[in-house]
Amino acid sequence: MMADTVHDKVVQILAEQAMLEPGDVTMDQSLEDLGIDSLGLVESIFAIEEEFDIQVPFNANEPDKSDFDISSVAAIIGAVQGLVTAQKG
Amino acid sequence: MRRVVITGAGTVNALGGDVAETWAAMAEGRCGIGPLDIRDVDRLSVKIGAQVRGYDETAHFNRQQIALYDRFTQFALLAAEQAVSQAGITFSGELAQRSGVVMGTSGGGLQTQDDNYRAVYEEGKNRVHPFVVPKLMNNAAASHISMQYNLQGPSFTVATACASSNHAMGQAFQMIRSGLADVMLTGGSESMLCFGGVKAWEGLRVMSRDACRPFSANRNGMVQGEGAGMFVFEEYERAKARGAEILAEVAGFAMSSDAADIVMPSKKGAARAIAGALRDARLDPSEIGYVNAHGTGTAANDKTECAAVADVFGHHANDLMISSTKSMHGHLIGGTGAVELLACIMALRDGVIAPTINYEEPDPECALDVVPNEAREAKVGVVLSNAFAFGGLNAVLALSAI
Repeated sequence: MMADTVHDKVVQILAEQAMLEPGDVTMDQSLEDLGIDSLGLVESIFAIEEEFDIQVPFNANEPDKSDFDISSVAAIIGAVQGLVTAQKG
Repeated sequence: MRRVVITGAGTVNALGGDVAETWAAMAEGRCGIGPLDIRDVDRLSVKIGAQVRGYDETAHFNRQQIALYDRFTQFALLAAEQAVSQAGITFSGELAQRSGVVMGTSGGGLQTQDDNYRAVYEEGKNRVHPFVVPKLMNNAAASHISMQYNLQGPSFTVATACASSNHAMGQAFQMIRSGLADVMLTGGSESMLCFGGVKAWEGLRVMSRDACRPFSANRNGMVQGEGAGMFVFEEYERAKARGAEILAEVAGFAMSSDAADIVMPSKKGAARAIAGALRDARLDPSEIGYVNAHGTGTAANDKTECAAVADVFGHHANDLMISSTKSMHGHLIGGTGAVELLACIMALRDGVIAPTINYEEPDPECALDVVPNEAREAKVGVVLSNAFAFGGLNAVLALSAI
């Protein structure tokens, strides 16, 4: 899948969760900056799994141990791109 | 004010088919968690649970009963039978009208729902068994217990997720104390270990895929269990007059709501329930020797619970013991408080404190005496049992030796 497509779709998902316009989401923002809490994160991951038909390894009890980097919007896009490549070839 | 005592106990859970077996397992620190043996387990990412194994419903119930009893009702009836048998009470005449049953459950007849949704949606059937509704309803267990024992007084079911049993037992306690009833059967039952039940929990990403390790720094989530715990609560003078064996006194109870978040627990809400139970029982915090923790093994619960305990008990928090038996019997959701009350009774009666097993790494945010890995002999006079539910609904019971 094209990197641009992953980028746009992840931004779309996070923007919807944060109740913002996609244009208001910037790459360096954290989930906290976007106002997305732990429940919002779990919902966003679900939306990402559904959108890209992938499995995202993430346990809310140990977010730091996950390979899925959620430190910023850019990190999440990178992580999703990696999973799409790995799982969808 | 009337006093309330426990004169019977019964259980079916992953640790055993009765109280004695469960106490033995708790004293040994035995783990009831293992690979799930349920339909479509290959489609689950969480494949472990504390299942009641080797259970054959036909060994306990006839064909007509099985048609009406969901697994959660069966567990409740078996536990109730043990409790009533131990109490040695026959409910007739005026006593029957002054006795009832308050049950806790969260999912009710979830197995029945799962099976029948599968039948109509997956298998495309257009007809289901005529008893689906009376089998799946949340009050089915309470109703069948009332029918079995002729309990004609106040009877109902409460559903407050993981605090259901404690809320139920608290209601039963208050009814006897206030004079509304003389004897109450109470406790909780849950049977959520089916494909839909586990699949729903997976979604929250709070489940462990390997073990339940409450308070341990390397904990990674909760593990579901199933089963029931049932008790006979009885007015003290009545129990004494008939020479009943008294297992413990129910000394106090309190409830609180976080009024904050649908899943994240609140230290303040938990602390208010703990402090409230102490006040209700007219106890000084320093009198508490043991707390059976809610202790789910999630990051959020365990540190919040330890902070709440530290807040309420101050320096005494370092002297009391607090363990999570969920590490052994799993999280029975709406039935969990009832099975955990057994650990409280064991502490008071036998002086054996059930351990928190799977404890591997200290967590500075849970720096209390969690009775790691091995049961401990200790004489305690008063104990608490915590339950803090999703939805921020908290219920804490205080029990004392008598």
